[in-house]
Amino acid sequence: MYYMGLIWEYLKNYMKTRLTYRADFWVEILSDLLFQATNLIFIFVVFRHTDNLGGWSESEVLFVYGYFMVPYGIFSCFINLWGFSERYIVKGEMDRILTRPAHNLFQILLENVDPPALVGSFIGLIIMIFSGAEMGLMLEWWHIPALIILALSSVLIYAGIYTTLTSLSFYSDAPTGILPLMYNIQGYGRYPVTIYNRAIQVLLTWIIPFAFVGIYPAALFLERSEMHRMALLTPVMGLVFGSMGLLLWNFGVKRYRGAGS
Amino acid sequence: MNSAFIDFMRIRFLTMLAYRVNYYSGILIYTLNIGVYYFTWQAIYGSSGELGGFTAAQMTTYIAVSWMARAFYFNNLDREIAADIRDGSIAIQFIRPINYVMVKMMQGLGEGIFRFLLLMIPGMLIAILLFPVELPTAPSAWIGFLVMLFFSFLINSQINVITGLAAFFVENNEGMMRMKRVVVDLFSGLIIPISLYPGWMSAVMKVLPFQAITYLPGSVFTGRVEGTAIWSVLGIQVFWFALLLLPMVLIWRKARKRLFVQGG
Repeated sequence: MYYMGLIWEYLKNYMKTRLTYRADFWVEILSDLLFQATNLIFIFVVFRHTDNLGGWSESEVLFVYGYFMVPYGIFSCFINLWGFSERYIVKGEMDRILTRPAHNLFQILLENVDPPALVGSFIGLIIMIFSGAEMGLMLEWWHIPALIILALSSVLIYAGIYTTLTSLSFYSDAPTGILPLMYNIQGYGRYPVTIYNRAIQVLLTWIIPFAFVGIYPAALFLERSEMHRMALLTPVMGLVFGSMGLLLWNFGVKRYRGAGS
Repeated sequence: MNSAFIDFMRIRFLTMLAYRVNYYSGILIYTLNIGVYYFTWQAIYGSSGELGGFTAAQMTTYIAVSWMARAFYFNNLDREIAADIRDGSIAIQFIRPINYVMVKMMQGLGEGIFRFLLLMIPGMLIAILLFPVELPTAPSAWIGFLVMLFFSFLINSQINVITGLAAFFVENNEGMMRMKRVVVDLFSGLIIPISLYPGWMSAVMKVLPFQAITYLPGSVFTGRVEGTAIWSVLGIQVFWFALLLLPMVLIWRKARKRLFVQGG
């Protein structure tokens, strides 16, 4: 209840700051959409030149992309650790956070919420519905609960990876450069992982499991039986990576000593 | 006067050198990107021999050289300028006897030289080892590519300066800068070579300046444009460089009249 109240207060604050820069708010939504459009354009252009990508049709790849957008939007809205080290460690804002009663990670996430990112999730759902209809997929009773569970698991995987990497900044002075790395490769979980060579497949499945935020869970709805086992593993991976992230974070915070001035 | 500009360049180079650890991960990022695009395009090619005038081997080379060119020309001048405007430190630049935009361009060049030596060259060597990249044999391709690469840097930096200076007019241009990044990556032909787009889209892209950043130099390096045709693609770059000077100077002139410091 206490935490719910905090969420509400932070959201009110968010709206106030955003309304100061109103024009930028819309430009930001537009630029998010344009970024997603880039990836869609890539898919459309590629399928003008080929009829399948590693055995996956255009509608299937679009559907996978639509799924990918759902957890990605939720993740970008609530878990934004970009620039954590500069803002909280170098400038010492972590001290301010630590003197307050609510959990420190929770406060940091709330200070950086980005609700416009949720627009991407809605568009993802629309893409799933359209490409699903094109393939004649029927909506079944278990689709909606499965989508909720899988999408939340995917968000947990993202959260786990990013909190793990961000907590490195408690140990090292120059952790920057790692997050942009992730940013660049997270998209590749959307494409049929089987087109990559073995090393990249293992990397995307077990080490930085971005395949679990796109292709594997989406395969469940596409009735791709070869990936069903992986799809069902998504919640397990979510729990494992989510708790790993939180553990490493809490451990890192204990080591934190104020550096700022 | 000129030696001051050289100093700005040199100081930026040395600053980058002090934080070079970040660039080791940069090499990894770019190699991974090349790798993933390489496999994606392999799957797209499947059994077809040629797409949009590119053979599979040319495509590999194109991807490798485009990402490596980006490793060189990429910079954050837009963010730096926007930050200067937002925290008000730009005010001090007005009283200096030296042109701020020139200073930024020189700093960008210092960073570019650093990126060329410590990111692009080692990254390219790794890419050649890992992927079947075909290096051009004609000396004109090498010289043409290097000259064009320099213009890629100039044009990309001009676009960055213009985006950064926009902070004078919209106060917070975070969204605009993100948009610019997406537009440059897409329209420059980094993600997909322009000749693969449907006719009307490639027609639009051919009248925009962005193709001059990645697509044109990449076409020279892969040998799709050779001989005297290199002069004409170089001409397109020079044209855009000259044309983009105009908005850059105009915005800077106008901006000086409406400085509005938001605290600090």
